[in-house]
Amino acid sequence: MTTFMTAADKAAASDNTWNFTVPLTAAFGAVLGLLGGQAAGLGVWAGLIAGAVIGAALAYALSVHLPKKIGRWAAIAVCAVLGLILGGLAGVLAGAIMGALLGWCAYWLSTGAYRSGVPPYATTGQVLWHNAFKFICGFIFFFLIAPIITIIPLSFNAQDFFTFTPEMLALDPAGYSLKHYNDFFTNPDWLRPMKNSLIIAPFATIISVSLGTLAAIGLSQSHVPFRRGIMAILISPMIVPLIISATGMFFFYSQMGLWMEDNLGISKSLSGYIKVILAHAALGIPFVIITVTATLVGFDNSLTRAAANMGATPVTTFFKVQMPLILPGVISGGLFAFITSFDEVVVVLFVGAAAQKTLPWQMFTGLREQISPTILAVATVLVAISIVLLTVVEMLRRRSERLRGMSPS
Amino acid sequence: MTDAAGPVLAADGTPLKKSLNRALRRQKMRALMLIAPLLLFILITFIWPIAQMLLRSVENQIVSDVLPRTVVAVVEWDASTEEAPGDPVFEALAQDMMVAVEQKQHTRLGSRLNYETTGVSSLFRKSGRAVDEMGELAMDQFVALDEGFEAPANWAVNLGTADWNAALTDWVNNGEEGNAPRFAADPGAAEALPQTTRLYGDFANFVASDGDNPLDEDIWPILFHTLAQELPSADLSSVAGTGLPLVAAQGPVAGFETEDIKAAFIDIDEDWASVEVWQTIQTYSPDFTNGYFLNSIDMQKSPDGAEWRPEDQQIYLTLFWRTMLMSFVITCSCILLGYPVAWLLANLPASKANLLMILVLLPFWTSLLVRTSAWKVLLQQQGVINELLVWIGLVGDENRLALINNATGTIIAMTHILLPFMILPLYSVMKTIPPSYLRAAKSLGATNWTAFWRVYFPQSVPGIGAGSILVFILSIGYYITPEIVGGTKGVFISNRIAYHISSSLNWGLAAALGSILLAIVLIFYWMYDKIVGIDNVKLGG
Repeated sequence: MTTFMTAADKAAASDNTWNFTVPLTAAFGAVLGLLGGQAAGLGVWAGLIAGAVIGAALAYALSVHLPKKIGRWAAIAVCAVLGLILGGLAGVLAGAIMGALLGWCAYWLSTGAYRSGVPPYATTGQVLWHNAFKFICGFIFFFLIAPIITIIPLSFNAQDFFTFTPEMLALDPAGYSLKHYNDFFTNPDWLRPMKNSLIIAPFATIISVSLGTLAAIGLSQSHVPFRRGIMAILISPMIVPLIISATGMFFFYSQMGLWMEDNLGISKSLSGYIKVILAHAALGIPFVIITVTATLVGFDNSLTRAAANMGATPVTTFFKVQMPLILPGVISGGLFAFITSFDEVVVVLFVGAAAQKTLPWQMFTGLREQISPTILAVATVLVAISIVLLTVVEMLRRRSERLRGMSPS
Repeated sequence: MTDAAGPVLAADGTPLKKSLNRALRRQKMRALMLIAPLLLFILITFIWPIAQMLLRSVENQIVSDVLPRTVVAVVEWDASTEEAPGDPVFEALAQDMMVAVEQKQHTRLGSRLNYETTGVSSLFRKSGRAVDEMGELAMDQFVALDEGFEAPANWAVNLGTADWNAALTDWVNNGEEGNAPRFAADPGAAEALPQTTRLYGDFANFVASDGDNPLDEDIWPILFHTLAQELPSADLSSVAGTGLPLVAAQGPVAGFETEDIKAAFIDIDEDWASVEVWQTIQTYSPDFTNGYFLNSIDMQKSPDGAEWRPEDQQIYLTLFWRTMLMSFVITCSCILLGYPVAWLLANLPASKANLLMILVLLPFWTSLLVRTSAWKVLLQQQGVINELLVWIGLVGDENRLALINNATGTIIAMTHILLPFMILPLYSVMKTIPPSYLRAAKSLGATNWTAFWRVYFPQSVPGIGAGSILVFILSIGYYITPEIVGGTKGVFISNRIAYHISSSLNWGLAAALGSILLAIVLIFYWMYDKIVGIDNVKLGG
């Protein structure tokens, strides 16, 4: 089809170029030109018109005369040079991005790639809606991810500002520094909370996982009286608003702390940790119950019967047969419990004393009172941690599905 | 061969039915044993504290604990007379105040009653400083009459039992180890001089709890006053102890000049003559009160029952309404943003969907504080969004948008934070809708819109329901995000609860507000259970 082009086809293609690709790319170029022109200080109209002209020229030149790969690089190069003239080093980057967008837009329109997602018989309106829908979804994904991405470069700010400084925008290395990270890893105001978080979260996780797994196994048996009611009670720490849990626990644990200090001779600091750990364990339990019960749904009970038949004791059966199969669920439940405790601030704010200050607590005070850019460095570190945890949980989930044969892959 | 009518037997000879039942029971027991540790843990560390909080929202023992005599005496008083109560009530108040001041309880009570009527706190503090001088007139006259009245040991012998006196002597001889024994009233003395004996008991117990010796400490002046009131009309035949020269004093005491306690109180602060203060004390005398709950819906107790607070003091109903309204807006925006994304994820090929799913799960796994601080950074006046808008010229430098410290900030940040909770349930429901239904509808002649609205959408409603209730429940209890980005116009009821717990220390009101919030959440929880089922809660994919 592409090898043999009749005169009529060529006329249609040329028509298509002039009626469709060029005007739309020009419009897109105008929008980009408006942004670029504002940034470079050209004014509204100059940017708008320059962008439209560049867009139209590129659309015509690329779609008619150049193959896709070369054309895209050419567009990037042209716009980068324009950027260099207008805005120096940062201009090159901005120009290159705009060039890439324009080049992509020209080919997307001229080759008909924009129709690839809809059946060939779709009307213009349907194609328009389909692509508009994709763009809307793109914006929503952008909304979801942009705030988290934005803080990462900001955490390398050399100034104590919460916005991009001109040096940063000019990609000047002097605008970036690791000083906020340095502060985070040397300042006792941040190190002690970090240590506390790393003490409290693992212990809370161990309690929730051990008790939660046992209970989930109990709940998944075929005959459990009052299953619904028990489930409702066990899930309740997740449903009851944190502020209410925190209020209740505030009264309860202050009495319990006094009791522990008076009757068990526990030091004030240790009893403080015990209180926070128990409170966090209760909050983490629903996550363990939910994930482990979900893993047990596909569990084949004849396996345990087979093990018992071959003479294994219930304990051996549990550790050798059941545990390996439900381990992915247990670990991801544990990770959920860990992140719950590691992230939690309302309860620890009410139950803990200053000696048990955790990382989120320190961040909360920082945000509320003296906001310091070190928070952004901490936030970036926490984002890195959550990416690791997310990866682990996803891998475990897939492994567990494969083990149970629920996924075709 | 065997009798066919008999029951079927198991291998060991028991009827099969019985044997099966026993196995079933054992199975049930085993399941319960596995659940029991966790259930106990949750019941003790979670359910019990919440129950305790609910109790605290109606609990009001402090008034009757601190002012036991006054509370009884003031019952008879009729507020509609527009006059302060009579002398007996003030006599009781003087005795109660003396004990309370020594135990340092009067300021606590003052702050408690101050929640209801402002000014009571300072009234109690002021009176506390002056009350230990009341009764000095009587004391001087008693001492002038007989030096014996000044010796604390004489009071102990007269008003306490012989056993108590003996125990006290033993305690003194053993070097005053620990605290002195608790006072035991001599029945005879208690019958003849009830008020004096009771007050002396409070005195002795207080001194003992302080680690001191009741035989060494000076008798409170108000005790002399009480004795002067009671002695003339007392029948002393039942008093066995012979420490104080009571019989000899009975005659002269009748002629003592007595202090006007009521006038003394009003002299300290004329608020004691105010009907309002006494009404507050009378209204809050019972051990349990609905006052906190009335307070949390902007009402107050009055002699004629519950009534609305003055307009300018009403905040909680507004706050509840705002919490519900903003949660509703957040839920709606989550549906609006979450539905297209969930649809896209459910209809893309698995490999692409998994990739895009990461964009949903990453915010879900990122710390709440991180996301909140990101929004704080983005939305500030000098923040990234405003800088960007000024930079491209959409907004002038002088009229930057106010995106933070108001309701807008709370709604934007919380929509972002709760969006994954909407997308995930929607996605899992949409995943189960076969795409062939839509194709079938279209092949039967439906337009795209009709096919979506009449065929696809109704099947996705359970997902919307599950997601909405989840988001709504989570958002009405949110505290951290509104606190940081909400300013004053964007805060929720939870922020008020936290304020009462940590700043104003009005714990009863915090508990009542919490109970109302809990009730609202439980209603939605119950709905969630009906619609989705608690066992079907899923996390991430």
